[in-house]
Amino acid sequence: MIASFLIQTLNGLASASLLFLVALGLTLIFGVTRVVNFAHGSFFMLGAYLAVSFHGFVGGGVLGFWGGALFAALAVGVVGAVAELTILRRIYRAPELLQLITTFGIVLLLKDVVLYTWGPEDILGPRAPGLTGAVWIFGKPFPQYDLLLLVLGPLIGLSVWLLLTRTDWGTRVRAATEDRDMAAALGINQALMFTGVFALGALLAGLAGALALPREPANHNMDLTIIADVFVVTVVGGLGSLPGAYVAAVIISVVKAWCIGIGDVRLFGMAFSFSKLTLVAEFIVMAIVLIIRPWGLFGTPQSPQRVSAASILPMPVPDVKRLWPLALVALALLMLPLLADRFTVVLATDIIIFALFAASLGLIMGLGGMASFGHAAYFGAGAYAAAVAFKAGAPFFVAVPAGVAFAGALAMLFGWFCVRLSGVSLAMLTLAFAQITWAIAFQWDSVTGGSNGLVGIWPPDLLSGKTAYYFATLLLAGAAILIIWRSAHAPLGYLMRAARDSRIRAEAVGVDVRIIQWRAIILAGAAAGLAGALYVFSKGSLSPDSLSIPRSVDALAMVLIGGVQTLVGPVVGAAVFMLLQDWIVRATPYWHAVLGITLILITIIFPQGIVGTLRQWRQRREGGP
Amino acid sequence: MTAPVLAVEEIGKSFKGFRAVERVSFSVDAGELLALIGPNGAGKTTTFNMINGQLAPDHGRVRLGGEDVTRSPPRALWRAGVARTFQITQTFASMSVAENLLVAILSRESATGLLADAGRANADEIQARLDEVGMGHAADTLCSVLAYGDLKRVELAIALVNDPRLLLMDEPTAGMAARERGALMRLVAERARQRNTAVLFTEHDMDVVFGHADRVVVMNRGRLIAEGTPAEVRANPLVREVYLGSTIGEANP
Repeated sequence: MIASFLIQTLNGLASASLLFLVALGLTLIFGVTRVVNFAHGSFFMLGAYLAVSFHGFVGGGVLGFWGGALFAALAVGVVGAVAELTILRRIYRAPELLQLITTFGIVLLLKDVVLYTWGPEDILGPRAPGLTGAVWIFGKPFPQYDLLLLVLGPLIGLSVWLLLTRTDWGTRVRAATEDRDMAAALGINQALMFTGVFALGALLAGLAGALALPREPANHNMDLTIIADVFVVTVVGGLGSLPGAYVAAVIISVVKAWCIGIGDVRLFGMAFSFSKLTLVAEFIVMAIVLIIRPWGLFGTPQSPQRVSAASILPMPVPDVKRLWPLALVALALLMLPLLADRFTVVLATDIIIFALFAASLGLIMGLGGMASFGHAAYFGAGAYAAAVAFKAGAPFFVAVPAGVAFAGALAMLFGWFCVRLSGVSLAMLTLAFAQITWAIAFQWDSVTGGSNGLVGIWPPDLLSGKTAYYFATLLLAGAAILIIWRSAHAPLGYLMRAARDSRIRAEAVGVDVRIIQWRAIILAGAAAGLAGALYVFSKGSLSPDSLSIPRSVDALAMVLIGGVQTLVGPVVGAAVFMLLQDWIVRATPYWHAVLGITLILITIIFPQGIVGTLRQWRQRREGGP
Repeated sequence: MTAPVLAVEEIGKSFKGFRAVERVSFSVDAGELLALIGPNGAGKTTTFNMINGQLAPDHGRVRLGGEDVTRSPPRALWRAGVARTFQITQTFASMSVAENLLVAILSRESATGLLADAGRANADEIQARLDEVGMGHAADTLCSVLAYGDLKRVELAIALVNDPRLLLMDEPTAGMAARERGALMRLVAERARQRNTAVLFTEHDMDVVFGHADRVVVMNRGRLIAEGTPAEVRANPLVREVYLGSTIGEANP
């Protein structure tokens, strides 16, 4: 018992090393550039694939493996430098949220680069020569390679620490971490240093990817799986803290390893599978830390986020006389089934569902200023809850409200933690929550159908026709969208915007900012849940994809394309996005890359989105503010 | 005898061993304007922030009308009748002047509804309150395009929405043109006397302090060193010593 416990602890420490290397790179980059690099998991994945290819060219042996690791690390470092020079450099002064989305564009782009270069199959990597055996510890075998990893992580961490504390370059980097402007005033060449730090951070991620190969094959899920874990580590350890990154990596990895080690046990007469609880364990660790120290174990409390006035658009009460285009759109939507074919009606149903999904994200992002990289969690929760209720015998008119209620309840749980954080930490937390929700849907075969999902979820006869379902969707989703729009100029909306514009002013006039934000998250979660429930009945089936991170990013893209700080923006964005997707997916298999590039360009060129940019043009033409 | 509106009792605060404020006590009565002054680093801001709920004191009490409000968060203080303005104005930049006041009214009325029309019911009150500070003409102007002096007036109007018993003003005239300063302070003094509001303000401009305060409290190195009418404080040798190099009565560098 003790021996297997010890083995699992060692196992956890070996995993912690890899996690730590990626987190270390992320932390270094954040420290100097203040950008949280979402693409860091992609650098990890790229490292793994590059090492596999190197091994393929050179063949086995010491050179094939260790040379491959070195090559992968350096090559990813170069990719990092190129990304910094071409993209990141342009967004250092942009609002945090836009920076996150730009780097997410890089995630999507690299995903398709990997798909194009290496194909869709998992690739088994080389094993470390001379380290393929096991050592015996307390009568149990333990892989030699894992033992090396266990030492290598802290060792590399130590060398980075020495680099930062014992060299001139490191001193300058630390100066820039402390005070960017002062370092610039002292004549430190910032441009060069930023590129250097970004390359170093990417190099560490690439190295970790190569070193991960003996433990897992190179695959397409590596990027988001590791980045979600790294975000948990960063939130737990404290953003920007090197020791925090290591301690948190160890805690998370060891707890997970223990869960796997405990395996299936019987407690109180019920069978528990601890090995399936790893994600829940991760969630619980993170939750406990956030309750006790919202800024992480080694972090410092965040200074209140400064919102630059230039990034905030006004949201005047709309003039009723100017609403006639809305009435025209409503009329067109009602007439649509008369004029269009079946395919168009189905596409229009999809667009309406996603318009609600995007509008619900727009509510918390635009009015509330709270970034969410995991909004699909609520969409998926609504869809799964409705589907499961339906499978259990509930009719459509019960299953859909059940989906809404479940999504709202989940938002209540997640939101309780979310309102304790802000800015980039909040964005990382939402992504981690979504990844955990996805994994639960993926693993809980008996309820969710696991990776196969659920099938045969159809609406009642009354709504079984595509046109009938279109009208039902239009009615329900349309009403929900109108409620969201309405709320912007209701007390809740004003208080949300007040909290976003100036949190301390809002608190000073008695607004309980956390309660207001919590309510908004619950409302948005329930609305996304309605979209999810309508979605599952329109498709008839459901898979874990419906709550995956790419689905969350779809919502982000819709909101940004349309314009985050406008009411109609997310809805317009959803329509444009769905039409573009429909068109591009048929033209090329590399939809992710197109979307990624679109996101990068939008965040750099049109940060206000379509509706926001149009409105600025109109205001400029009218000579208004 | 009734309790003073604000009573600060022996409050103190240390930062990493540095004693920023030590055992400071004073009180403010209804209708009175009390200025809290002192050279840079004297502990004015720390004291101020312990009163407005942004900092928790290490020891001591803050009482509001005799009631202990030590460590109450800012939003609880607002509900207890404390309003404040900031050294660098804090308004809601995406909203019009009228909407800025609307937020304070919604909060006062604990309105958090989802569907109610927030604007219409309160339009008259908002207009009246803006007229009081001379900003009635700008109700529909966006806060982000206002001149700084006007923004200060809007912030004052927001603070007064609650008809506070205590108004806290952190350097109310910082960043304003000299001519505007007197006008703003006259407005504050007039309001305080009409409504019997207690006002505590910190200030660097000695003209403002001696021209408008009823009483002055002087801090230096974390301690309270003098207290009295402007004339008494002006004559106090200890205060003169602290401000050595700058004659009281002139603008403080």
